[in-house]
Amino acid sequence: MGKLMMRGISKSFSGVRVLEEVELIVEGGKVVALLGENGAGKSTLMKILTGEYQADAGEIVIDDQVVDIKNVDDAKKHQIGMIHQELNLFPNLSIAENFLIGNEAEYQQSGFIRSSKLNDKVKSILQQVNLQRHPSELVKNLGIGEQQLVEIGKALLQDVKYLVMDEPTAALTESETERLFQIIESLKKNGVGIVYISHRMEELYRIADKVSVLRDGRFIATRDMKTADENELVSMMVGRTVDDRYPKTPSNPGQVLLKAVDVKTPKVKRATLEVRAGEIVGLGGLMGAGRTELVSAFAGVDRIVEGEFEFNGKRTRFKTPKQAIDSGLAFVTEDRKSQGLILPFSVRENMALPTLGLRSRFGFIQSRQERDFTSEVVNKMRIKVASIDQPAGSLSGGNQQKIVIGKWMAQDPVLLILDEPTRGIDVGAKQEIYELMNAFKSQGRGILMISSDLPELMGICDRIYVMHEGEVMGEIKGEEMNNENFMKLATGRKLS
Amino acid sequence: MNVIKKYRLGPLIGLVLIFIVMSILSNQFLTFSNLRNVALQTTVNALLGVGMTFVILTSGIDLSVGSTLALSAVISSGLMVAHVNVFLACIVGIVVGAAGGALNGLLVSYGRLAPFIVTLGTQQLFRGLTEVYTHGMPIFNLPNSFSNLGTGLIAGIPIPVVIAAVVFIVGWIVLKKTVVGRKIYALGGNEKVAQLAGVKVNRYLVWVYVVAGVLAAFAGLILTSRLGTAEPTAGTGYELDAITAVVLGGTSLVGGEGSIIGTLVGALILGVIDNGLNLLNVNSFWQDAVKGLIILVAILLDRKKN
Repeated sequence: MGKLMMRGISKSFSGVRVLEEVELIVEGGKVVALLGENGAGKSTLMKILTGEYQADAGEIVIDDQVVDIKNVDDAKKHQIGMIHQELNLFPNLSIAENFLIGNEAEYQQSGFIRSSKLNDKVKSILQQVNLQRHPSELVKNLGIGEQQLVEIGKALLQDVKYLVMDEPTAALTESETERLFQIIESLKKNGVGIVYISHRMEELYRIADKVSVLRDGRFIATRDMKTADENELVSMMVGRTVDDRYPKTPSNPGQVLLKAVDVKTPKVKRATLEVRAGEIVGLGGLMGAGRTELVSAFAGVDRIVEGEFEFNGKRTRFKTPKQAIDSGLAFVTEDRKSQGLILPFSVRENMALPTLGLRSRFGFIQSRQERDFTSEVVNKMRIKVASIDQPAGSLSGGNQQKIVIGKWMAQDPVLLILDEPTRGIDVGAKQEIYELMNAFKSQGRGILMISSDLPELMGICDRIYVMHEGEVMGEIKGEEMNNENFMKLATGRKLS
Repeated sequence: MNVIKKYRLGPLIGLVLIFIVMSILSNQFLTFSNLRNVALQTTVNALLGVGMTFVILTSGIDLSVGSTLALSAVISSGLMVAHVNVFLACIVGIVVGAAGGALNGLLVSYGRLAPFIVTLGTQQLFRGLTEVYTHGMPIFNLPNSFSNLGTGLIAGIPIPVVIAAVVFIVGWIVLKKTVVGRKIYALGGNEKVAQLAGVKVNRYLVWVYVVAGVLAAFAGLILTSRLGTAEPTAGTGYELDAITAVVLGGTSLVGGEGSIIGTLVGALILGVIDNGLNLLNVNSFWQDAVKGLIILVAILLDRKKN
C-alpha cells in the first residue's frame, strides 16, 4: 500500500500566514478525515497537494520519495485527484463532454472526439455512481446532487491513487450519500488513499479511519476515528469547549401562524402542515422531495394551485414575494450566493434591500438610518466585518449566511422560512445561527426550516414534517423523532 | 493607490492626463471657446450615456438609441415644418422616444428576450420607420425659435450643456440617493435576490429602457436644433459611442456596478480626444484608429489596476 505524507507545509498569502508547519499522512486504502473550521486552512492544504498552490516551505513525500508538485498536471502524474466543493462543471455541456475535458488525449483521434468509446466509459462510470442519466444529458438539467455525482465520476475516470473529497455530501441526499459511501468503500479496497473533508461528524465516524484536525492554519492532532470523542474533536477545532452542538430550547406553541391543507402547487402534489408561534418546525425529505418547491409557493415565489392556505389567521395566497414580505413572512433561500446576496453590494446595501421603503423619505434613502440599522444588526448578530461598506462577496460563508438571515429577521417577520440555513458553514457559525433561531422562537415567532442534515433537523426542531415525491407524508415529534421513522416517511411509507 | 481604487479615480486620472497632453500639443486647446465647444459636442453622447448607464446597470444593453434619436427628431421636425407649435412638437418627439424605450423594456422584461437581440431588432425597426417617414430626405426650414435650443446661451454657457448638466445631476441623485436607484443596482447585481426582496423586477426593467428612450429623444432634439436639419441617418452608430463612454467610466457590462459620474468622465474623454485630434489636424481616417487604440489602452489600464 502506498503512503503520502505532507510535512512541515507552510504557506502565506500577501504576508498572512494561512498554514504553519502542517503535516498530514494519507495511507493507501484508508480514509483520513480532515477537520477544521472554515478558514482553518484545509482547502489551502489540499490545493497545495493538488498543485493549485505552491507551498512556501515543507515537502510532499510519496512512498518515501520527495516529489515536486508544481501544477495540476504534476498532481495528475502522481495520480492525485480532487473533488471540489464548488462544482467545477460546465453546465452548458453534456455529461460526456464534461468527462472529456481534461482527458482529451484518451478519447480523440486526429482531433475528432471518439464518441462511442467516450460514451461507453461514461455509461459505466454513471452506473458506478448510480446516476441514471444519459451521457448526452446537459449538466444544467441535472439536480445539484446529481451534478455532484458527475463530479465524483470525473475523478473516477482518472485512475487515482489519492483522492481528496471536499464536502462531497453537502448537496447529496441520504440515499446519494449512501451510494457515495459505497463508492468510497470500493475505492479503499482498490488501495486508494482518501482525504475526506466534511463538517458532518456522523459521516466521519462511518467512513473515516483517521482524523486530523487543523485550527488557524496549525496542525492540532491526529486521532483514530473509532476512538475519537466527538466533543473533544469539536473542541480541538474551535479552540474552546463545546458542550452542546444542538442547543434546543423548550417549545411554547401559541397561535397557528401558517396553515396549509391539501395544498397543491405546480411541483407539489399534496401538502398539509401548520406552524405555530413559538416553535421551530422542520421540513425534511430526500433531495427532490419538493421541500423547496413547497415553501417557495408559501412565500409567493411559486403559486398555490389548489387547497387552503392561511397565514396569520387569514386565508390568502401570496402572488408575489412582496405580498408575503408585507404580510410578515420572510423566506431565506437555499443558495446564498445565487439567491440570498448581491455579492458586489456592500454589507449595508444587502442588509437594507428588503426594507428600503422603511428607511426612505420621498423615495430618498436616509443613509444615516441605513447605517445605524445595519450596524445594529451586525452587532446583534455578531457578524464579523471590517466595515459595513465591505462587499458581501469578501466575507466567509458563515458571515454571509448571517447577513442573509439578518436582513430578513430585521424586518420583524412573524414567520421565518429557512432553506438549508447552515449548509457549508463551520461548527462555530452554525451554533450562532441556532442561537439566533432560538432567540427568534422565544419571542413568540415561528420558524419553518428545511435541512438535509438530519441530526441538525432533529437537534433543533420541535416537530418535523417529512416529504416524499411531492407529498407531505407525515409528522414526527417527541419520542417518535428518530432516524428510522424519518426514513420510513422519507421513502414513502407510513408510520406504523 | 487605495484611494484611486476606492473612489474609482482611474477614469478621471485618464481624463486629466489626456487633457494635459492635448494642452501641451495644441495651444488652441486650452481656450474658453474651445472648451465650450468640447462641452457642446459632448452633450449628445453624454445624454445617451446617461440612459445607457441605467440600462447597463441592469445588465442590459440598448443598441437602439441611435435610431430612437433619429426617429423622434424627424417626427418632431416634421410636425414643426407642418406649423405645429414647437413646444408641442418637442413633447411628441419625447413621447415617441419613451414609447420606443417602452417597447424595448416590455420585450426584455415580460417577453424574457435578450436585450442585445431586442434592441438590435428595434434599432432596424426605428431606423426603417425614420426612412419611411422622411422618404429618406432630410427635413429643413425648422423654425428659428427651435434653433435657439441648440445655439442659445445661458450665462455664456450653451443651452444643450446646461440641459446635459441637469440630466447628469438628476441621474446621479436618482442612482445614488433614491430607493429606485438602489433597486436598479440590485436587480443588475442579482435579479433573483432582488425579486425575492420584493423588487418589482419587470417594472424597473421597463423604466430603464424608457429612460434611455426619452434621453435619446432629448439628444435628437438638441442635435437637430444645432444642425438646423433633421437627417434620417442622424445618430447612426451613436449607441456604440454611448456604450464606450459607459465602459470607459468603469461601469461593468454585467450589471450592478458603476456610476453616472464615470459615464460623464467617459463621455468627456471621448469628446476631448475627438476635439484634440481635430485641432492637431490628424487625418480623419487615422482619428478613428487612434481613438480605438486609446480606448483599448484605457480599458486595459483600468482592468490591470483592479
